[in-house]
Amino acid sequence: MTNRQEETGRREMTGAEMVVQALKDNGVKHLFGYPGGAVLPIYDELFQQDDVEHILVRHEQGAGHAAEGYARSTGKAGVMLVTSGPGATNAVTPLQDALMDSIPLVCITGQVPTPLIGSDAFQECDTVGITRPCTKHNWLVKDVNELAAIIHEAFHVATTGRPGPVVVDIPKDVQFAKGIYTPPQTAPRTSYQPKVQGDLDKIKAAVALMAEAKRPIIYSGGGVINSGAEASHLLRELVDLTGFPITSTLMGLGAYPAGGKNWVGMLGMHGTYEANMAMHDCDVMVCIGARFDDRITGRLNAFSPNSKKIHIDIDPSSINKNVRVDVPILGDVGHVLEDMVRLWRATAKADKKALYPWWEQIAKWRARDSLAYKNNADVIMPQFAIQRLYEASKGHDTYITTEVGQHQMWAAQHFGFEKPNRWMTSGGLGTMGYGLPAALGVQIAHPDALVIDIAGDASVQMTMQEMSTAVQYGAPIKIFILNNQYMGMVRQWQQLLHGNRLSHSYTEAMPDFVKLAEAYGGHGIRCEKPGDLDDAIAEMISVKKPVLFDCRVANLANCFPMIPSGKAHNEMLLPDEATDEAVANAIDAKGRELV
Amino acid sequence: MSAHLQPTGSAYFIAKETALPEIHTLSVLVDNEPGVLARVIGLFSGRGYNIESLTVSETEHEKHLSRITIVTRGTPHVLEQIKHQLERIVPVHRVVDLSVRAGELGQDRPLERELALVKVTGTGDARVEALRLAEAFRANVIDANTEHFIFEITGKVSKIEQFISIMKPLGLAEVCRTGVAAMNRGPQGM
Repeated sequence: MTNRQEETGRREMTGAEMVVQALKDNGVKHLFGYPGGAVLPIYDELFQQDDVEHILVRHEQGAGHAAEGYARSTGKAGVMLVTSGPGATNAVTPLQDALMDSIPLVCITGQVPTPLIGSDAFQECDTVGITRPCTKHNWLVKDVNELAAIIHEAFHVATTGRPGPVVVDIPKDVQFAKGIYTPPQTAPRTSYQPKVQGDLDKIKAAVALMAEAKRPIIYSGGGVINSGAEASHLLRELVDLTGFPITSTLMGLGAYPAGGKNWVGMLGMHGTYEANMAMHDCDVMVCIGARFDDRITGRLNAFSPNSKKIHIDIDPSSINKNVRVDVPILGDVGHVLEDMVRLWRATAKADKKALYPWWEQIAKWRARDSLAYKNNADVIMPQFAIQRLYEASKGHDTYITTEVGQHQMWAAQHFGFEKPNRWMTSGGLGTMGYGLPAALGVQIAHPDALVIDIAGDASVQMTMQEMSTAVQYGAPIKIFILNNQYMGMVRQWQQLLHGNRLSHSYTEAMPDFVKLAEAYGGHGIRCEKPGDLDDAIAEMISVKKPVLFDCRVANLANCFPMIPSGKAHNEMLLPDEATDEAVANAIDAKGRELV
Repeated sequence: MSAHLQPTGSAYFIAKETALPEIHTLSVLVDNEPGVLARVIGLFSGRGYNIESLTVSETEHEKHLSRITIVTRGTPHVLEQIKHQLERIVPVHRVVDLSVRAGELGQDRPLERELALVKVTGTGDARVEALRLAEAFRANVIDANTEHFIFEITGKVSKIEQFISIMKPLGLAEVCRTGVAAMNRGPQGM
């Protein structure tokens, strides 16, 4: 090797060596993976170094969700490594999950040797074909001399612009072949140039609109968190400056603190009454890094009918997709907010008194206490369990993940998030089984933190095998299962829409989660009485092992408030109107009219 | 409360589309790399957009750039989405809605041409008539024997459609069309 080659970082190595070197050069400390025939050369290289730690999962889906949790809690790319064929197809769910929630995820897949591609070889699948629609971009590397540049580009594409998943598919012969390694380049490809700086005229127009608003609302989303810590900081500054009320999507929780005085709670299908009513009745809406998802808007033609809408988003296809906006601002949330805050300071004087009537109205809505539930002395109500968990977690460095269903919504409603990157949930795809492996990924990134997966009894069984991984790596994740023996959200919809015919939403054979935890080498706790809950949670937190906490909750509790399908924000179903009996009876009477 | 609980039978909110669809021609400049066409086509099928015509060829060899011309049908809202969704594809450099551009230039529509090869078999009067009509349409005979002609015809889509329908009763045996190639009038480039 010449000195010159050493200086530029260019040197000859095998494709497998390049993969590991490229991971190091892109700052990767951990990757989640599962070996197999088509990635053995890469595993051989991983074996011979200590810079990158490999976490061996029990199923490739677990690797993907763990990498997602790792990414969301750190703001860095999550990395997974899987083999060809089934390894790659098992990665599809987390890839689509990361695509819909804009999570930077780099997935490296092995592929059968180049000459065998297309021959239906053992463990062959068309990985780039299968993953094309569920990635931001993907590559099949056929020349070892392109490998390094492609991996660097993969990291660049995954982490910049609107973040997302990427796949690099590497045939086994390319892993063995020798070629020239090139270090990361600063010059990205010309066709990929995400616009980060917002158009200043548009931002000025937005500020002017906001300054005149009498009934404004800020509606923020996951884009604020993806943009980085500074964006959340600027969001808080903007809220303080303007005095506007702020709500957030499921994905955006924590960007503005739940304890902040302008917080009106989450919006959308299971959002608070005050958030949804304020969205409906506002005159200026400032959407920051959110995408008007159908769980947010309710009936589109009745969505916030009298407001001027400002939308900040880095993805041009998100703007005017579901809802027409008046002031679209294309750019990175952090950059745009910086300009917006500066312009507000320079030009707009916040007349906070002008907002008093609006805040009074919001206070009236808030007084409806839409998250209220009837507590019970004998049975643990799921909302109560989350509230106690939240109280117990205060003072800890806490990260929360969830599965998907009622427990997820209750967690979003009753757990307060004060900081960004503390809330990991599958929002867009709604992947049951996300939370347990995601918690593992979070715990690997933050070994000393309190990492809790708020789970449902059905979801958690989809990726339960990763308990074994947690035990292997001493990751003391806490799996807090709200066990009601039902797929609660499925049942809730069956009650609402399908005449209370509970088709296959009850799990008749439930494992003994305490014994299951012990079988894995973890710690099991069961709690059945509200009076025992605090002690049991304290035990869970103090145990330095993975814990399965079987929290037996009221079986038939439903998640309210709720915007029923086809309804608008101001047609919410509130808990005091919707006792379980009332819901079931109302639907029984209407059941025959169902389509 | 019962008013809140009228079941609709769906977990989704589906609004009825009232806007009328339009036909637009898009030019998409892409890096000519493996899979790029699949990305574009997959986007259309995956998101339920229509493709009425598609042509693709490398147009700048040194830069490995290909130009894809897509004729699509959709409401103005959908057409705007198609453009932005195409722009999200990493190897896509530029997307120009030629129909919108033509409107901005004060023109009715972009220049659009298509080439077709049309095989007509037959003898006697039908054969004579086919040749006579081909001349009227300025189609060239590029292959023939005593039982068939292959015509090469270039022009607007409507002209090709008309030629093919006229040839149908005269022994139309086979048609191959290139799809639309298009650009805007005037000195400016894409």
